[in-house]
Amino acid sequence: MSGNDVLLEVEDLKKHFKVNQGWIASLMESFGGGGPDYVHAVDGVSFELRQGETLGLAGESGCGKTTTGMSMVKLHEPTAGDIVYDDTRLSEASDAEIKRFRQNAQMIFQDPFESLNPRMTVYDTVAEPLRIHDIRNETARVQRALEFAELLPPEQYFNQYPHELSGGQRQRVAIARALVLDPDFIVADEPVSMLDVSLRAGVLSLLDRMTEEFGLSVVYISHDLSLLRHMCDRLAIMYMGKIVEKGPTDQVIENPQHPYTQALINAVPVPDPSVGRERVELQGEVGDIVDVPTGCRFKDRCPDYIGDVCDQVVPPLEAKTAFEQEVACHLYESAEGYDPYEELEGRPSAAAGDGAESTPADD
Amino acid sequence: MAQKEQSSQSIFTDLDDASTDAEVNKWQRTFRLWRETLREHWGMLTDELSVKLSMLTVAGFVVIAIFAPYIATHQPLVRQYQGDAGVLIDKWVEPSLLGADSEYLLGTTAAGYDIFSQLVYGTRAALMVGIIAAVFTAGIGTLVGLVAGYYGGKVDDALMRLVDFLYGMPLLPTVIVLVAVLGPNLWNIILALIVLQWRSTARVIRSQSLSLRERPFVKAAEVAGASDWHIISRHLAPNVLPMTFLYGSFGIAWAILAEAGVSFIGLGDPNTVSWGTMLQASRAYSALSFGAWWWFVPPGICIGLLVISGFLIGRGYEEITNPKLQ
Ligand SMILES: Nc1ncnc2c1ncn2[C@@H]1O[C@H](COP(=O)(O)OP(=O)(O)O)[C@@H](O)[C@H]1O
Ligand code: SF4
Ligand SMILES: [Mg+2]
Repeated sequence: MSGNDVLLEVEDLKKHFKVNQGWIASLMESFGGGGPDYVHAVDGVSFELRQGETLGLAGESGCGKTTTGMSMVKLHEPTAGDIVYDDTRLSEASDAEIKRFRQNAQMIFQDPFESLNPRMTVYDTVAEPLRIHDIRNETARVQRALEFAELLPPEQYFNQYPHELSGGQRQRVAIARALVLDPDFIVADEPVSMLDVSLRAGVLSLLDRMTEEFGLSVVYISHDLSLLRHMCDRLAIMYMGKIVEKGPTDQVIENPQHPYTQALINAVPVPDPSVGRERVELQGEVGDIVDVPTGCRFKDRCPDYIGDVCDQVVPPLEAKTAFEQEVACHLYESAEGYDPYEELEGRPSAAAGDGAESTPADD
Repeated sequence: MAQKEQSSQSIFTDLDDASTDAEVNKWQRTFRLWRETLREHWGMLTDELSVKLSMLTVAGFVVIAIFAPYIATHQPLVRQYQGDAGVLIDKWVEPSLLGADSEYLLGTTAAGYDIFSQLVYGTRAALMVGIIAAVFTAGIGTLVGLVAGYYGGKVDDALMRLVDFLYGMPLLPTVIVLVAVLGPNLWNIILALIVLQWRSTARVIRSQSLSLRERPFVKAAEVAGASDWHIISRHLAPNVLPMTFLYGSFGIAWAILAEAGVSFIGLGDPNTVSWGTMLQASRAYSALSFGAWWWFVPPGICIGLLVISGFLIGRGYEEITNPKLQ
């Protein structure tokens, strides 16, 4: 279907979580009709991950980056949509195919203080994936992975417990664990945001080496555009569970087209990964992702709002005539001849954007 | 695996996978994980003086229970003398400890049994009930809690409804009814206690597992392809173990108390001596009104000591598992 070098394809992925409510509320609901509410954490994103590329997922906190990343390594069952790995749809994959996927998809988590079992030694932590997959030569591999993660000499770390390590060392152990199975791709969810600023550069250069020397594909998740700019070949900007702009990093950073991307970039004053920036502050509030608005999700904060079409027609992420990256915004002319105004006329009542018809979720 | 060989770039390409080097055995490692965990708990527990003393007390009773035949001076269920024409003895021998001229340290009961020997053998019954009931209640409760918390959903609902149902039953009355139906013997008392008591452990362990399963280290194991059982046994169980021990030590205390209670109202095992049956006999013969306090005070003290020790050890554990109490 797609080019040979595509490793993983995310197809219109949706992940909705049931809003946690007390049993009284659920009871009233079952009498009063009307389904339960859902958090639209990820609401229809599509992108591909190519062999050996680094892809950045950016956006404010809560926009669905982690949920997307976790879905990519099958930590969530998608509410709708699918993930295609190596021509296999994960929703239809056999047990053997899932096992192979598990061996090739790894994740590095945000908080190194939480991602290592406090009761397991470094050796056991790194060796665990090998044991799960019955891979031989355990000790040599663990040693090699720790060496690569620059925990030297590795033997010295074998019997240490997480509480004996610094945050930076823990994150390196987590990286070694992710690498030890020799995966095809890794999802790194804010890999340095919890680390001391002085330790970040070291861990980042390690991650850099990982992609450059071993042709690994990596998905970097971060709210920090200045960091992603240095690390990634391509960028996807997310807002309220959707991708609003996607393209080569240079294009997106230097020539942002979506009003949201422009706002994000203007909010980054220091384009330097070694300077810690925890949050991007923008004007206005992020909209409600339980009761998603009709039309464009950015409409309430958008400085370029152009009326009814923004209010009522969901802008699809598509190629535009004027530039290279794909953008989900009505300001630009579609390269494929899609006309949002036709839809506007077709639906004068215009109550329904696609977000309103929510697909039922299981959790 | 085979297809991985295509990608030449790998940090592992030069490793010869056919060779098996000196790998540390899987079981050895699992064993070590558990041993380290236990050692760590032990270290934290024995920091506290009250816990240390309680452990000494329990250890003392354990020694007495093991060596009961050597410590006891007489057979506990053999009458030391017969009255005329087999009539029950109606007067007891006073304790030699109080200077009476007899061979019985704590005297005899009205039925002619040596109280000291009964006390010594009663330790066996108390510890057996306490330990067996506690091991099973904590064990079953932990397993149920882990499964309910890890799987969630319908499994969780079903198991927790069962727990709710059990919570509706008061401990002592239910044990009394069960023992009355099943027959008065020590095993039925233990069984009845187990059936009722795993509920509290299950509930607490479940809520711990529920939060543990969302922790990133469990997610990491899941990403690596770990099976459910692997995650439960390697990642959840070692982290809920302090709670298991906490409820286990409370369980010992509750079980001993409950056994004494059941025996005291006359549903004890007639073929075993326990502190509870001793108390029951002393009441039946109105030892109190005859001033024969050496009959019922020693078993009372023993029950108290063992039960308090159990609770103190539990408290010590509680402080480990819940730093807020410190
Ligand atoms: N397991 C979950 N259950 C319910 N809601 C969730 C869950 N995970 C994430 N969410 C919600 O989904 C939204 C997106 O979260 P997340 O993917 O973590 O965003 P990001 O990583 O971009 O900060 C948030 O509103 C969050 O509260
Ligand atoms: S579609 Fe309209 S509201 Fe949305 S970003 Fe573009 S201009 Fe702004
Ligand atoms: Mg996140």
